[in-house]
Amino acid sequence: MAPEAANPTGRVADVPAVAVSNLTRSYGDVLAVDDLSFTVEPGEVFALLGPNGAGKSTTLEILEGHRHRDGGTVEVLGRDPADGDRELRDRIGIVLQEVGIERELTVREVLEHYGACYRRRLPVDDVLALVGLEGLGDRRTHRMSGGQKRRIDLATGLIGDPDLLFLDEPTTGFDPSARRQAWEMVDGLRSLGKTILLTSHYMDEVEALADRVLVIAGGRVVATGTPDELRGGADRDTLIRVRFPVEASGTVDGLLSALTGRASLRNGMLEVRTPAPTADLHHLTTWALERSLELDGLEVNRPTLEDVYLDLVGHGGDPDDPEAGGLAGV
Amino acid sequence: MSDRFPSSLGLLARQVGYQNRLFRRTAISAFFTLAFPLIFLLLFGAIFDDIHVAPGEAVAAAQFYAPGLAVFTAVSATYTNIGITTAIYRDEGVLMRIRSTPLPRWIYMGGIVGSAVVIAVVGSLVMLAVGFGLYGLEMQADRIPAAVVTFVVGVASFSLLGLALASIAPSGQSAPALAQATILPVAFISNVFVVVPDPARWLDVAGDVFPLKPFVEAFYAAFDPFRTGSAWEPGLLLRIAAWGLLGAVVAVRRFRWEPSTGTGSGGGRGRRSRR
Repeated sequence: MAPEAANPTGRVADVPAVAVSNLTRSYGDVLAVDDLSFTVEPGEVFALLGPNGAGKSTTLEILEGHRHRDGGTVEVLGRDPADGDRELRDRIGIVLQEVGIERELTVREVLEHYGACYRRRLPVDDVLALVGLEGLGDRRTHRMSGGQKRRIDLATGLIGDPDLLFLDEPTTGFDPSARRQAWEMVDGLRSLGKTILLTSHYMDEVEALADRVLVIAGGRVVATGTPDELRGGADRDTLIRVRFPVEASGTVDGLLSALTGRASLRNGMLEVRTPAPTADLHHLTTWALERSLELDGLEVNRPTLEDVYLDLVGHGGDPDDPEAGGLAGV
Repeated sequence: MSDRFPSSLGLLARQVGYQNRLFRRTAISAFFTLAFPLIFLLLFGAIFDDIHVAPGEAVAAAQFYAPGLAVFTAVSATYTNIGITTAIYRDEGVLMRIRSTPLPRWIYMGGIVGSAVVIAVVGSLVMLAVGFGLYGLEMQADRIPAAVVTFVVGVASFSLLGLALASIAPSGQSAPALAQATILPVAFISNVFVVVPDPARWLDVAGDVFPLKPFVEAFYAAFDPFRTGSAWEPGLLLRIAAWGLLGAVVAVRRFRWEPSTGTGSGGGRGRRSRR
């Protein structure tokens, strides 16, 4: 996978596109990014996955040079983004969340204006085609829909022909078909050989797009690997779920220690992730029979990708974050 | 990497053109900046007759108010216009997008100032042209250099004050109120609309504290029918420039590229949730 073969551009091949080590950043007392380390290889689509408030956007903004860091080292294309240097900004494309567009201008005027700032640039019509805005170049931006504006965002990120593209939650707020189209766009960029670092809080998005994933929660790494690897271990597990009568919950301690899998009891639901479902089911049913309890809503399943993710980030993610619960509805 | 960045001068020219285009396509700012002072000129022209300064000798009334209105146009195009639009673009997140590009920041600011100066020149020239054409405004040719230099010092200083205004405005929504609340009262004590014949001393002093009255007086010197000799007012120019310097200091220290966060009406949809 490492692109160490002959490199026609003469660029040193073993310099990662992004190298982060021991990155920290806090807001007041809150540690938003806590000792984060990862690297992104050239040509890779890399995803930072995590619930709201996990520190994804903060990390991305530090890499973009829009936010300073408290500690650690960061290199983007071999440079420190904190230097705010023009060379670096020339070679990266940034697609932020919720960034305004001059409503007075047409799409083409916007792209020509931003394109003029870069040393090299892609033809406006090529970029319009790439983001699916063919034929709309002469329309004023304030006449565009929300999804189309997001495409303009992507287009302004691409107009300078960047080596590395940052995409901050590229599909948040999209309806399902718009998301599907956005994924196709990112796939198109991959085939152009761009390195892409994106953030997302959708597991399915990451599965569809990313070569490698870093799952973070509370500013810390909770898992890393390819989407397949992330699922890998957990995929071999079986998920046993059962509803527990409230009065029984005080007496489960003996049961929990007998189980071989990882058990958790939340909101009256007992969940067991186990590589040995036969034994654990036996423990569970024996325990219930001894107490003459009925196992209401007993389920034995293989975990879905979503289960894996929710398990990684601790179910609702950050309990302080009211928005994080929305993940379960994805 | 043998490619070079586009030349700074070319980028600056493009930025000025871009800001001008934004201005032209925003009807409301064009109206308040250019049409509003012109309406004053037309109103005053309808109200005031020639003024008899001596038996058998009359001076067009426009000689007294047209220069002040031309200065007011220039200040609207720079201070008010820059302060409001820059704060709004910041809240909409446009400045964040600019900051993501390799465009040097001074060139972006230079584009804002350059465009405002172009608008100020056009607006003031139109004002004076209407004065010359319709209301008998007169000017001695040898006073033109003093008028031009005063104008340049004035628009440069008020542009910097406009950037300072944008920097301290809490949000794009509050910027228009802040701009009007600062410029209109000052305009009334700065001989822009009317020359108060015998002002109370505190009004006189209050006017002298702010940079608008020196700008009006220095510019008016080139039109003053009673003045003999040179129209240069270096002392006034220094006071205007001092305010410009203050504006530059505030702008450099306080300018923000991110939308305002926090509570209240500020920010609008540009607000970013972050803990």
